[in-house]
Amino acid sequence: MKKFMSVLLATAMVATCLAGCGQKSEGASQAAGTEAAGASTDGAVFKIGSIGPTTGDAAIYGQAVMNAAQIAVDEINAAGGINGYQVAFKYEDDQADAEKSVNAYNSLKDWGMQILMGSVTTTACIAVTDKTAEDGMFQLTPSASSTDVIINDNVFQACFTDPNQGTASAQYIADNGLATKVAVIYDSSSVYSSGIEATFVEEAQAKGLEVVAEESFTADSKTDFSTQLQKAQSAGAELVFLPIYYTEASIILTQANGMGYAPTFFGVDGIDGILGVENFDTSLAEGVVLLTPFAADAADEATQSFVAKYKEAYGETPNQFAADAYDAIYVIKAAAEKAGATPDMSVSDLGAALTAVMPEISVDGLTGVGMTWKATGEVSKAPKAVVIKDGAYVAM
Amino acid sequence: MKKLNLKSMKKQTREQLFTYTVIIVVYIVVQLLIAAGSMSSLMQGLLVPMCTYSIVAIGLNLCVGYLGELSIGHAGFMCVGAFTGALCTKLLEGTITNKVLLLICALLVGTVVAALFGFLIGIPVLRLKGDYLAIVTLAFGEIIKNIINVLYIAKDTDGFHFAITNGNAIKLSDEGMWLINGAKGISRIPHLSSFTAGIILILVSLFVVYNLVNSRSGRAIMAIRDNRIAAESVGINITKFKLMAFTISAAIAGAGGVLYAHNLSTVTATPANFGYNMSIMILVFVVLGGMGNFRGSIIAAALLTLLPEVLRELKDYRMLIYAIVLIAMMLFNWAPKCIEWRQKIVTRLKKNTGKGAA
Repeated sequence: MKKFMSVLLATAMVATCLAGCGQKSEGASQAAGTEAAGASTDGAVFKIGSIGPTTGDAAIYGQAVMNAAQIAVDEINAAGGINGYQVAFKYEDDQADAEKSVNAYNSLKDWGMQILMGSVTTTACIAVTDKTAEDGMFQLTPSASSTDVIINDNVFQACFTDPNQGTASAQYIADNGLATKVAVIYDSSSVYSSGIEATFVEEAQAKGLEVVAEESFTADSKTDFSTQLQKAQSAGAELVFLPIYYTEASIILTQANGMGYAPTFFGVDGIDGILGVENFDTSLAEGVVLLTPFAADAADEATQSFVAKYKEAYGETPNQFAADAYDAIYVIKAAAEKAGATPDMSVSDLGAALTAVMPEISVDGLTGVGMTWKATGEVSKAPKAVVIKDGAYVAM
Repeated sequence: MKKLNLKSMKKQTREQLFTYTVIIVVYIVVQLLIAAGSMSSLMQGLLVPMCTYSIVAIGLNLCVGYLGELSIGHAGFMCVGAFTGALCTKLLEGTITNKVLLLICALLVGTVVAALFGFLIGIPVLRLKGDYLAIVTLAFGEIIKNIINVLYIAKDTDGFHFAITNGNAIKLSDEGMWLINGAKGISRIPHLSSFTAGIILILVSLFVVYNLVNSRSGRAIMAIRDNRIAAESVGINITKFKLMAFTISAAIAGAGGVLYAHNLSTVTATPANFGYNMSIMILVFVVLGGMGNFRGSIIAAALLTLLPEVLRELKDYRMLIYAIVLIAMMLFNWAPKCIEWRQKIVTRLKKNTGKGAA
């Protein structure tokens, strides 16, 4: 009988738990209902949700997106909102995991989200695009760069696609004659890294560059790169292409320095942030070239104002993820204004309206001037190459 | 025909019937809540993951609770099930249009392949005494994950293309389709999993494990767990029964993996979903629910899947709270003092109700 009792208690617990959640959602939908009802009288709000990792390995990217988006939303609200409506912003953590990202999406839906700016990481984003397509919700990802992300019509990217970055890097190296023998060190367990690597190698061969070493590592073995570096060195590579994130890149630079190997290091947008790595001797990053749409010390007014606000609010220099997120919010604003959207439209109507106008708008942002979108969801903006000199980015 | 009488039934049968009934009741209640529109999207989205982890926990409980062998690679079997199941769906998508049939095919393939891997690993390891299974399964989980990350399989009009480590080697014609694209895993998997499918799978796996445990083979398995030498002395074929339990355990984990893959449109082998941590997580479900207690595993898996999502309001602190709640729950369930205290409360309650009735 004792066991029966415990089971009974346990089921009761589950039941109350489920019921509790049910009630909560009811309450939420009621709240949303009253808000919607109040819309006609005293101004409803656009509810923009965002998903990204704020805990776990990739937390730094998610936090940058969250902070920057908040700045953009505050600016828009201070300037009178979108089409005269204020914007509400909510951010949910997904730990860069596909399953948790879908949970976060559902949680935001319960909050009443109308437009999604996310997810930050690629795998998570692909899982979420399926759900937004079902609901017809407009989705703009700041930084999920795989081409698989934009398969559905309702999804757009604010960042370059991976193939784009790989191709652009190879072209840049070949056109500027930086090297003829190149080595690549990439993370084979990362969608981002292997995606760029594949197109880079293809384009490099087409451009007549000699890829002398293609060395990979995985998320499980990202603390020692001496083998990969030695192979690149013995193959005589003059340039090492690093389509990886800056944490690993900082280790590679330190270890290369220890070995006395000094090729040109060439990175893509993931390297951005390397100057902020703790306990990393930034003098080692001297001469690193990277292809990024955003440089925090650019002289234009928009960038400087954004960087100043970001530093004041969060005490650090924003990276490219932050810039993409900031732009993404303004892109949503531009699309909503072009479509004449109002918050009382249903999620799917709003989604259809915004999707329809996306190919027509042109946005000047931090990461590019005159950004336009193809109907497929791909952005077109020019990559900028910068070199690290005296601890700062200098345009090349 | 003998009349069904709850009182005259064996205790085990009664317990089993009770479990099935509770699951079906929960299913009906949830369906009613969904129909009434009073269940949040978050909860609805969590239903399939809850089923998935319950199934895997049932599988692992067979291995840990009844076979008495520690396996910390069940996420690896889940991974095998997820990838082979999804692969099967991608290949059959064009020929079979019925969603249910498609899912059943995927489940069969995923389960059988996971069982095969369990069998192959079991052959050398289960002959040994000691904790070797834990170490080997741990290694297996990591190896599978890494193999999938370097595996490229594609299909086009010329047939199948395979490559290892270098996806660039495959040149696809225009109608070509990637099946497994290295680290990108399998994408665009049709959404076939549903709560109904999950509940049916839970019932089926429970049916399998309950019947195994209460059969002649099950008693042999438990005899091996309790005293290997005694079991050997009465002529039980140790390796055979160990292999049987372990293979079934792996198969059930594989079925859970298939359900997992068809709930998301993309499946990648990352440390977060099929890594060591996930295996430990499943072990936590089993330990919290009670070794050898399948019902407990289901409840623990459902609760612990739910907990971090319900705590979303706490933002970044939720994983901290989650850990504390986990410790508290472990203590409440299994600390001797706590058990004593709970028994006291229960007897007091019984006394009170007894008095009330009198």
